[in-house]
Amino acid sequence: MSMLVLPILVPLITAAVLMLAPKRAAPQRWISLAGSVLLLVSALLVFVRVNATGVQVLQISGWPAPFGITLVADLLAAMLVAAVGVIGVAITGVAFSGVDPQREAFGYHPLMQMLLMGVAGAFLTGDLFDLYVWFEVMLVASFVLMALNRTREQMEASFKYVTINLIASSIFLTALGLLYGAAGTLNMADLALLWPTIRTPGVDVVLAVLFVIAFSIKAGLFPLFFWLPASYHTPPAAVGAAFAGLLTKVGVYSLIRVFTLLFHSAPPALFALLLAMSAATMAIGLVAALNERDFRRVLSFNLVGHIGYTTASLSLLTPAALSGAIFYILHHIVVITNLYLVSGVLLRLRRTTDMAGLGGMYRDQPVFAALAMVPIFSLAGVPPLSGFLGKLTILEGTFAAGAYWVGGLVLVVGLLTLLSMARAWADSFWRPATGAGDLAAPGTALLVTIGALSLVTVAMTIGAEPLFELTSRGAQQLLQRDEYVQAVLGTAR
Amino acid sequence: MEVLLALSSGVLYAAGIYLMLRRRLAQIIIGLGLLSNGTNLLIFTAGDLTRARPPVVPDGAEALQQPYADPVPQALVLTAIVIGFGLTAFSLVLAHRVHETAGTDDIDEIGRER
Repeated sequence: MSMLVLPILVPLITAAVLMLAPKRAAPQRWISLAGSVLLLVSALLVFVRVNATGVQVLQISGWPAPFGITLVADLLAAMLVAAVGVIGVAITGVAFSGVDPQREAFGYHPLMQMLLMGVAGAFLTGDLFDLYVWFEVMLVASFVLMALNRTREQMEASFKYVTINLIASSIFLTALGLLYGAAGTLNMADLALLWPTIRTPGVDVVLAVLFVIAFSIKAGLFPLFFWLPASYHTPPAAVGAAFAGLLTKVGVYSLIRVFTLLFHSAPPALFALLLAMSAATMAIGLVAALNERDFRRVLSFNLVGHIGYTTASLSLLTPAALSGAIFYILHHIVVITNLYLVSGVLLRLRRTTDMAGLGGMYRDQPVFAALAMVPIFSLAGVPPLSGFLGKLTILEGTFAAGAYWVGGLVLVVGLLTLLSMARAWADSFWRPATGAGDLAAPGTALLVTIGALSLVTVAMTIGAEPLFELTSRGAQQLLQRDEYVQAVLGTAR
Repeated sequence: MEVLLALSSGVLYAAGIYLMLRRRLAQIIIGLGLLSNGTNLLIFTAGDLTRARPPVVPDGAEALQQPYADPVPQALVLTAIVIGFGLTAFSLVLAHRVHETAGTDDIDEIGRER
């Protein structure tokens, strides 16, 4: 189905057009927005097709499966690509509230499209080496977006970010080399078929651990997450929002892929390792979030902590837990992106995101406060918003799998999240303002985007039943593998 | 030959990681370069070495004759070299900018206000 290539092709063409277009703000922004809307439309087309007729496959240049590069979209990939489209439209829409002129002149818009292309490619590819290439596409775009800065703090954050990600890529590549040496193929479906028959225990564990380390760095799992809170709060809010919403999710997605396709029958110790890392991530992330007094750093640590939810569910590898993880990922992409945009408005209004300088928003900016309530309380897990439903599904998954202590931890961490977000809300919005009043207008495009993303969250809450049905089917597809493998390799095998 | 290549790859990894633990920007970048070359060598070695048998169908023959060198690891390494080259170039430019902005090449000093 040639439609599969659209979510990759559309941002690529948009980026090319943007580079040729006049460097003034208006044409760049409009072309960028048009490209993102097209990306969303094509992602939705792919999703509708996958939902109606099952796993879609495109063999690039007509090379049959294990030999060429394959694009595959199962339900998980299709849903995530649709989320990329939503975030793409949001991020490019935000640009209408103003981007640093220097950034805009140095290719902010084309780079953002490249980032979207990299993320969509990573979700759609059916080949592990191709996944590595998409990772690099995504990373290089994110490197430049991050490094288009001039302050010392930002330069330091950029250098750390680049270095740790390059190390992760090297580890990923090492794992790929060893895996190819052992299996002779890097096509995911082919591996799913071959690996259980040829794996030897030693190689299996070494490879799995290498993959876990590489993807945990990207996803931000304990003890490998320290780069994230050290860097995500430094770039402008729109860039931070795109990173927070999409990049760590690619790490989680890759973990889900390799664990459901390759290592599903690996030794239990491996799953215990992933579970322990996830549990520590949840606990440490949220405790650290409570310790922070800066709105954006609170968000960074919440982002880290909540990644633990999804990977803990993955490590149980039951349909219910996996379905909860997918639901949570989708919820989290929308909400955390929205919250970073909220931090952008705070930054515009008060020139700071330190909570000491905030406060009084509820009185001074009632519209903004009302819009920001949705993501803040959704992340906090206040019923009936999507965060609550996401946690509920994960909780059901852990209890159904008999992992009661994980369920207990999910509850405790949920409480800590509630505490951390309630405090962020109280300090930034409710408390009477201490410093000077607002220094600038909040920016109409920012408010519209925050409102739109809040609407998406509300829609996910109202449509939770069909969405949950979708994620359950997605989890079934991941765990049964037959449909995926057959779609890629053809019925002959 | 495999042993020799495996050892070289190991030495490159070790040297790369050692350099990345240093504080100077230039050393970190050289470390990254060594690490990525160690990885390339590893992919090449793990894909089985076959000497002097390129995967080219000889004149008059219909198919390749065993043994022949697997072309896939070579293609993977080639891709990885290109990506590694681009990333190294980018890191160098970034290091230059860090140095310009912060006036130091010591990773611990960059974030510190003067």
